[in-house]
Amino acid sequence: MANFYTDTPQFRHYLQHPLMKRIVELKERSYADRETYDYAPMDFEDAMDSYEKVLEVVGEICGDIIDPNAEKVDHTGPTVNDGRVTYAAPTQENLDALNKAELMGMGLARKYGGLNFPMVPYMMSADIVSRADASFQNIWMLQDCGETIYEFADEKQREKYLPRIVKGETMSMDLTEPDAGSDLQAVMLKATYHEKEDQWYLNGVKRFITNGDADIHLVLARSEEGTKDARGLSMFVYDKKNGGVDVRRIENKMGIKGAPTCELVFKNAKAELVGSRRMGLIKYVMSLMNGARLGIMAQSVGISEAATREAYNYAIERRQFGKAIIEFPPVYEMLANMRAKTDASRALLYETCRFVDMYKTLEDISRERKLTPEERNEMKHFSRLADAFTPLGKGMSSEYANQNAYDAIQIHGGSGYMKDYKCERLYRDARITNIYEGTTQLQVVAAIRHVTTGTYLQQIKEYAAMPVAPELEPLKRVLADMAEMYEKQTEVVTSPKDEDYLDFHARRLVESAGHVIMGHLLLQDANEDQELFRRSAEVYIHYGRIEVEKNYNFITKSGIDDLGYYKPVFGE
Amino acid sequence: MTFNIIVLAKQVPDTRNVGKDAMKADGTVNRAALPAIFNPEDLNAMEQALGIKDRFPGSKITVLTMGPGRAAEILREGLFRGADDGVLLTDRAFAGADTLATSYALSMAIRKLGKFDIIVSGRQAIDGDTAQVGPQVAEKLGIPQITYAENIEKIENGTITVKRRLENGVEVVECPLPVVVTVNGSARACRPRNAKLLLKYKHAKTITERQAENIDYIDIYSSRPYLNLTEWSVDDVEADKVQCGLSGSPTKVKKIENVVFQAKESRRLSDDDADIEELIKELIDSHTIG
Repeated sequence: MANFYTDTPQFRHYLQHPLMKRIVELKERSYADRETYDYAPMDFEDAMDSYEKVLEVVGEICGDIIDPNAEKVDHTGPTVNDGRVTYAAPTQENLDALNKAELMGMGLARKYGGLNFPMVPYMMSADIVSRADASFQNIWMLQDCGETIYEFADEKQREKYLPRIVKGETMSMDLTEPDAGSDLQAVMLKATYHEKEDQWYLNGVKRFITNGDADIHLVLARSEEGTKDARGLSMFVYDKKNGGVDVRRIENKMGIKGAPTCELVFKNAKAELVGSRRMGLIKYVMSLMNGARLGIMAQSVGISEAATREAYNYAIERRQFGKAIIEFPPVYEMLANMRAKTDASRALLYETCRFVDMYKTLEDISRERKLTPEERNEMKHFSRLADAFTPLGKGMSSEYANQNAYDAIQIHGGSGYMKDYKCERLYRDARITNIYEGTTQLQVVAAIRHVTTGTYLQQIKEYAAMPVAPELEPLKRVLADMAEMYEKQTEVVTSPKDEDYLDFHARRLVESAGHVIMGHLLLQDANEDQELFRRSAEVYIHYGRIEVEKNYNFITKSGIDDLGYYKPVFGE
Repeated sequence: MTFNIIVLAKQVPDTRNVGKDAMKADGTVNRAALPAIFNPEDLNAMEQALGIKDRFPGSKITVLTMGPGRAAEILREGLFRGADDGVLLTDRAFAGADTLATSYALSMAIRKLGKFDIIVSGRQAIDGDTAQVGPQVAEKLGIPQITYAENIEKIENGTITVKRRLENGVEVVECPLPVVVTVNGSARACRPRNAKLLLKYKHAKTITERQAENIDYIDIYSSRPYLNLTEWSVDDVEADKVQCGLSGSPTKVKKIENVVFQAKESRRLSDDDADIEELIKELIDSHTIG
């Protein structure tokens, strides 16, 4: 009888953010669907009520079905037979429950059968599902590939595939190959066009494909013979009904064991081109990846939430030296930091979702009518913020998920090392979040230009201009100090204009920006709801200050020549 | 083939998580301190009805509940899961009903609904734990009943096949339609609410609810007839007032006490007539029955 939505009041708080009114009005085109669809909202209040009600259902399914199934999923996992994957029985049960509740295609437009949810409530469902079972969230979140079909495929393809996603057909994004991981420009899977048949065929191998035996695949393939770079790659959709793709093996992974990670063999597999040739990696995959990174960010927050709760529940029960271990300062410090990092990650997640909602919805409206000059500027503004916040959030929140899972085991002591406790699974599940959909190091590569061009600093100044209650002013002053230190360290690193030096310190700069931003977001949250957020704001800003200072010290107390200590020495 | 199915459901105080303020000083249930929920075994019954509708598309499910105005929530919960219609039986004259008066009122409402093939309900409600209402409804309608059902296995040629879960095992029985089936908590859990139905029916209201002040979207009730939930009074179902509510309830509460169950209080009897005779005497003496 657990409900993972209603037991976490932070969700309701983020649903009620002031920007939501604008987002929902744009997303609902001033509530025009109310005439056509019996499940469309009447107005803003009605839409908000619908989000809450649907999230309550998600929360119930997670609390009553997906979470209780998670251990069994972890211990059994999927199997492969004759090229086809069978999910673990409880994974299938989870999918059936969500399908029966018609929760697939949450973000898709109503004309394809979707619920037309903005990113904010949609990602809340991902956050909740991850807390219950991170491996299941992978399968669930891949419905997001539908968004890519919506954005880049033609209307005929949309009408063919999107209603099927809503009805519960699963998806995969087939990008990685044995020799093309982080470097997707090296993709070799071959796409050949047969003019007589007016048909594309795919041949080759894909590797590490999550949910690789899905009903509908998006495939990155080399359509331009003789090319070797990104400009020779196109995006295709493969329909399992046509056959031609078999699963050669599934990986035996450390965590997220419920999600099958497949090696795929394409043998003359019929496929349809999505959008324009040569735009596969440059445009479509980049967009797909941004959506996926948001999904991993939500997965990280969900794992952090689960880890924090597990650790807390254990620490109040477990007694040593005559008292509950939560009463010991080293333990409650860890717990307070875990809660603060979880809340900070979540604050950043929904801020990012709002930015994505604003620009994507305006972009979608631009497909229907010409935007006004103000709207165009708004779209550009939020698109830039989304671009800056997505890698920052994915990087920071996935690192925090790992830290929280690590601390959860530490609080459990020896018991936490045993398979009997949930924290052991969380630890393994968390470990992939800062690797896939781009490692933290690659998130830093994407984020650093927003340090150097000042996107983060500009946004920090906007936050700093927001008023807070007098009792929160001291925290705001700390944030001002942190921002100053961030600015100085950025200056030190960027002024020599040395690329290696910038790359060397890039992560420190991005993380410093992250600490200031998350501190501000929690401060704003605390300003609206002290009871719910003040503690986390205080703990996080305290923690963040020390981290920013540490980065500041590292950067100012070493010079460009110190890189030499770290450079590899070859040929000795 | 399609069937008309009626689900009997009750809104009950959630007695599963009882706090210290669950009972009032006078020994009655403090309903305000306990959240009102869909009686758990009625949800199992609801799932059995939905299972029939899955197998025989076009079948119609009507949820019938008796209770105060707020019990309309039970009808909405039914609609959110796939029921087609809901009827709230509500009237001051129904108040204070025991199982006899309740089953009378429900049977009158069922007669008014007209054609039905299968009536399902939970085995018992968690507030009273009597397990009497379902069987009494069957008696009053003069149709067969199957109690302790765990699964409706099939319906073929006007015959329903049901698996019953009993103390010492399971039993599969057949019965001609129409029939009353009361469902155990061991039956499969009810499916979650369906997101689209939830959004479609969330504004569904009874006439009393629509007449309340400050109601939103008043204009949609004429253009969307499915949002109007049926509400019936004693007169609507042509019931005899004397047989309803308190006046129709022979049950009298003598006293309420807190009991702490202990294992030693459980007793096993043989099926020997003398043994049962002895027990009945004992129960009459202690005013447990009679």
